[in-house]
Amino acid sequence: MAAMPATETLSLDSVSVLLVWTAIAIYSLAFIAYAIDLARRSALAVEAKDAATRERELVGVGAASAGASASSSARETIGAVRAQEAAAKAALEATPAQRPRMVWARIGTSLTVLGFLFHLAGDVTRGIAAGRVPWSNMYEFALTGTLLIVAVYLVTLFKYDLRFLGVLITGLTVLLLGGATLAFYVEIVPLADPLKSIWLVIHVFVASLATALFALAFGLSVLQLMQARREAKVAAAEASDAPVKTGPGFLRTLPSADALESLAYRFAIIGFIFWTFTLIAGSIWANDAWGRYWGFDTKEVWTFVIWVLYAGYIHARATRGWRGARSAWLSIIGFVAVIFNFTIVNMFFKGLHVYSGLS
Amino acid sequence: MSRSRSDDEPSTGRTTGSVSADPLRPSDHADAAADVTQPALGAFGWLRWGWRQLTSMRTALVLLLLLAIAAIPGSIVPQRSADPNGVTQYYADNPDLAPILDNLSLFDVYTSPWFSAIYILLFISLIGCVIPRTKHHWKALRSRPPRTPARLERLDDHRSTIVELAPGGDPAASAETAVALAGEQLRKAGYRVERYDGRGSFSVSAERGYARETGNLVFHAALVGVLISVAVGGGFTYTGQSVIIEGRTFVNTMLDYSSFNPGRFVDQERLVPYALTLDEFSVEYVAPGLKGSGQAGDFVAHLTTQIAGQEARDGEVRVNHPLDIEGDRVYLMGNGYAPTITIRDAAGEVVYSESVPFLPQDANMTSLGVIKVPDGMPEQLGLVGFFYPTAQELSTGAFTSTYPDLVYPTLTLDVYAGDLGIDDGTPRSVYTLDPTGMEQLTGRAVGVDSIVLLPGQTADLPNDLGTITFENESPAGSTDLSESVKRFVSLSIHRDVGAPWVLAFATLAVLGLLAALFVPRRRMWVKVTPDGHTLRVEYAGLARGEDPTLADAVDQVALKHGDALEAALREPASASSRSEGAT
Repeated sequence: MAAMPATETLSLDSVSVLLVWTAIAIYSLAFIAYAIDLARRSALAVEAKDAATRERELVGVGAASAGASASSSARETIGAVRAQEAAAKAALEATPAQRPRMVWARIGTSLTVLGFLFHLAGDVTRGIAAGRVPWSNMYEFALTGTLLIVAVYLVTLFKYDLRFLGVLITGLTVLLLGGATLAFYVEIVPLADPLKSIWLVIHVFVASLATALFALAFGLSVLQLMQARREAKVAAAEASDAPVKTGPGFLRTLPSADALESLAYRFAIIGFIFWTFTLIAGSIWANDAWGRYWGFDTKEVWTFVIWVLYAGYIHARATRGWRGARSAWLSIIGFVAVIFNFTIVNMFFKGLHVYSGLS
Repeated sequence: MSRSRSDDEPSTGRTTGSVSADPLRPSDHADAAADVTQPALGAFGWLRWGWRQLTSMRTALVLLLLLAIAAIPGSIVPQRSADPNGVTQYYADNPDLAPILDNLSLFDVYTSPWFSAIYILLFISLIGCVIPRTKHHWKALRSRPPRTPARLERLDDHRSTIVELAPGGDPAASAETAVALAGEQLRKAGYRVERYDGRGSFSVSAERGYARETGNLVFHAALVGVLISVAVGGGFTYTGQSVIIEGRTFVNTMLDYSSFNPGRFVDQERLVPYALTLDEFSVEYVAPGLKGSGQAGDFVAHLTTQIAGQEARDGEVRVNHPLDIEGDRVYLMGNGYAPTITIRDAAGEVVYSESVPFLPQDANMTSLGVIKVPDGMPEQLGLVGFFYPTAQELSTGAFTSTYPDLVYPTLTLDVYAGDLGIDDGTPRSVYTLDPTGMEQLTGRAVGVDSIVLLPGQTADLPNDLGTITFENESPAGSTDLSESVKRFVSLSIHRDVGAPWVLAFATLAVLGLLAALFVPRRRMWVKVTPDGHTLRVEYAGLARGEDPTLADAVDQVALKHGDALEAALREPASASSRSEGAT
């Protein structure tokens, strides 16, 4: 990135780098907007609670039982939490037109779309400059992989109001894309022979897509755990009649842990199908390139480990005692393994998948 | 399925109860008759208990997670199967630790007893689960949808409507029409339907999505298929390596393989007879000055293939494009230079003339080779040499190669005399020279200049032993040295009879997985109760397994049926209907 290229094809690459940095800057702004949105959600949730409390107190005064009412309304009840969550679930599944107007979330999404367009342009120009698909080394894989994460997120927004995941998605994208551009950037060189295959297009693209879906499932699983913790705290507080802190306020605007789990599961199973396909496509390619379809190469091992982890996640959802928090942890561990596979395994493990382009 | 045990010991059952939304194992086992007799735990009882533990979902899950964890060490410690040199290097680097790791099979993780134990137990557990479920599913496939529940309104997804009949309409006949319409509608939507009338109401009970469990069973059975294909196919599989120098021929017999790894059932005397001649090896290098200068690509081994009893044909082996011949696949694994060297004794008689493959050591094809002259000289000779396709002399006097193509090819050699150590039959690599028992005659260590040759040049061997010539192989009339040295390819020849089966089962597994994860299994009921001059129409759905779209599906059924019913009732006589909304 530092060296200023001289020839025309390479200047297209530097345009690409410029576009990518612009995208990173815009994503950072989107991240800030989404963060403000989450903070405002907390505030809104508190306001809504206060309003409800006031109303009840007024009613309570009218009925001359203010004391009792005030003490019970000082804390959340699990019933109230359930009602909030049901409303949040309805909002989650509302069509874009019916969604509540949340200014900062809108700004965040608009900025994400703008960032995405720059990101897409950066990715496409890189591909044109290189004269091949732009996912042939670590830098390009990060470029396309994060593009797909954002794309899957934006597409999902049409169906589900997942803007509360915006912070995670934009944050993750800024980190991965910024980190990759700083650490993994390599100039365009001709493709190594083993990569000249249709399977490069299919195998790697599907792997990126699966990664994007796992990322969303990961975000939802994290929120699921937070929400489950909050629900448990509220229930415990209600039982013990003692006031208690119940975690970040924005959780009050999210659906129940169950609903989050169900959504996480849906992303994870689609990701799992793509990952299975990645595994098979990779084996077909390996059979052509290396003369065997499976050889426990380090990358193959990790792809297999991730597959088994998500298979475990799917089974856990059907096993008594594993549904809920434990299965959510499997989803989180699975995604951590995906990131590990992309970064640490590529850089430090010896194997046949030596296409990082780094020396 | 261990339904009977799971009643009193929840942890052992793979079933999760009728209310759970189980993705892979729909809870239709709840229908199975439960035998609640508790056996006294004798030897057989314990066996049974053990079996049920093994085939329980929880054990399967733990085994799955163990499998994931157990696979990891193989990516950290070098494996003999994938990286034998890495293991040798590991032994050299960690002489104390390596034997301990070896005792734990950490250099052969994937064939180790502990790794095998995990996956074999996992597959036994899987089979122990799949077989009873297959039986159960077989029964379910042949049974009719269950009786309509008496109180549909207790189900989560329930809608009801009151339809007012036109004056003079026959409530019973209209109800019959309504249920018949519903039955037809559901049948067309892929449901299996059954009528249940009585107690003053008419109803249709419908179930769909049997493919979900079918897919689930197919997926798991296909995994067993993959494992069996790998195991059985491995017995008939062989891989062998060979080196062919340009102009030479490889014949598919044991003689021409430099290494050969046969499966248990491979008859090494009866390999398919064919021959491969390397006509030319071509490669493109990125020119100096461009990005990625010196990067090699577009490797092609141009071969003439000769199958016994057939015409000779042209064939090509490229990276990613192996050559298929008689069920074998030929892969291009590597390439390098094979300088042709002639050695004459003091009397001028040729004692050695060979093209010797030199193994590339770096990206610019600095290559290392060994020449062994066992006969014809007063003492056996061994020569260790470096070949530089584009040599450049460093300030230290040593050479390096700056470009992988033949621009200024140079060969340097050091001569050893003595005992090569090959006379007693000890197998020795042709690529290494063991200098034990030999005297070094040239090189920095003994203060005699190494032999340095360009193509076509001849030099004297030390001690007046004779001469050595680096032959120029350029075709007549060539003006540069770009074809002065022959190239060789290393080929890997594989026969894998299991691979197509593995692929077929893997594909089947994906299809099964798609059905198991995305086909919703659900029951649907439409119940019509005549009530005076109105019909009460109820719709209800029940998810059997993960089914996020059930509510929508019930809405759709209600909407479509409502429209059809209205049309049907209006035809004979006009009827008005009013919706009561969801309850």
